[in-house]
Amino acid sequence: MTRVHDMGGRYGDPAVIPEPQGIVPIGPEWHRKALALTLAAGGLGAWSIDTSRHARESLSPKDYARFSYYEKWMAALADLLVEKGLVTKDELAAGTAEPAGAHPKLFRAEAVGPALKRGSPYTRPGAEPAFAPGDRVRTRLPARNADIPGGHTRLPAYAAGQTGTVILSHGAHVLPDANAHGLGERPEPLYTVAFTAADLWGEAEGEGDEVTLDLWQSYLVPA
Amino acid sequence: MRRPFGRCILDSGFGAPHDAPMPHDHPDHPHSLLPSDPALRVKALETILVRKGLVDPAAMDEILDTYERKVGPHLGAKVVARAWSDPAFRDRLLADATAAIAELGISGRQGEHVVAVENTPDTHNMVVCTLCSCYPWPLLGIPPAWYKSDAYRARAVREPRKVLAEFGVSLPDGQKVRVWDSTAEVRYLVVPMRPEGSEGLDEAALSDLVSRDSMIGTGLAGASK
Repeated sequence: MTRVHDMGGRYGDPAVIPEPQGIVPIGPEWHRKALALTLAAGGLGAWSIDTSRHARESLSPKDYARFSYYEKWMAALADLLVEKGLVTKDELAAGTAEPAGAHPKLFRAEAVGPALKRGSPYTRPGAEPAFAPGDRVRTRLPARNADIPGGHTRLPAYAAGQTGTVILSHGAHVLPDANAHGLGERPEPLYTVAFTAADLWGEAEGEGDEVTLDLWQSYLVPA
Repeated sequence: MRRPFGRCILDSGFGAPHDAPMPHDHPDHPHSLLPSDPALRVKALETILVRKGLVDPAAMDEILDTYERKVGPHLGAKVVARAWSDPAFRDRLLADATAAIAELGISGRQGEHVVAVENTPDTHNMVVCTLCSCYPWPLLGIPPAWYKSDAYRARAVREPRKVLAEFGVSLPDGQKVRVWDSTAEVRYLVVPMRPEGSEGLDEAALSDLVSRDSMIGTGLAGASK
């Protein structure tokens, strides 16, 4: 079954409201703190980006729908901190903690610039791709994590069971379905696959319109 | 414990009384122990993390300084202006954007694997992340609220042209739309079409024509900046 975050193609949402160009103001002070805390705590290296996405997706559907963006970040951060044993439930409930020395992996100010500039590449040595640009492939149906019921996956429901054409081959990338659950990185060839809007939605808004998705090899079979 | 789990059990499932005075739905989630007011929630987490030596407050300042002052769409605009001015750079950008932007000193978190997609009279490109909010941070900075909104995430894939109209963009007949749903760690940069009448401009003047939205595909270059 899908989770609430998997909303591509959903009906009923209102108009999109554009904003001024340029650098985006992060918002009120608590948004700034939420962003900075999330990245700073992420710098401890206690979880991967896949684990952190899964934590946000695992909020209850009602919380996910009513929480603003940074509230989702905060909730997922609190849940991860407890799950990884870095913070206790009692500390969350108290809103404070006994002072302690710096954690050995504390993400220090002087490391921030270089770390943000470096990023964390997701390519890994791995198997040769089974598909090449031009190949026709079909996606898994239903969209699901093949190992963990209800687990993390990056195949949206709207693109499940669809046939498309490989247009780019990216080499082997960390598999989120495994990495989000601590099952190892299990790198797999990653592709960009193009689907016609007519196939995805029954009819296209405009002739020739397409949607592309980035999909791992195990999501795909030859079509 | 300030907020016993028992109070929330009633509200834990569908069909339960939705309006019960409970800050969160899920009694299994530790986050529901935090205050319900978001500002207080953040404050509590900050206090805990800093006191426990898990977060360096100076690192928080550094992170904010990076994304409030240093990294933003002016960097992506520099890349686009270079591509418009230098055909050899354009070719390198379309072949391997990660390497090409590194030539301009651009790299980093949420931009480890970049693909540049060029708008043409035949194809208009537009980028979304339907599952969360993936976005090329080193090129464009923090995503705008609309990019992260349910409305954009839900609608961009099914009705991109209606969404474009909400940005004041209408595409000519015969130009198809290709929407890139960023489902992996590949980040997409749209290279908008160079506006007519910009022939004599140097790179700095050209980059002024490149709005953030034109590099996401919800705007056109030279339209509004």
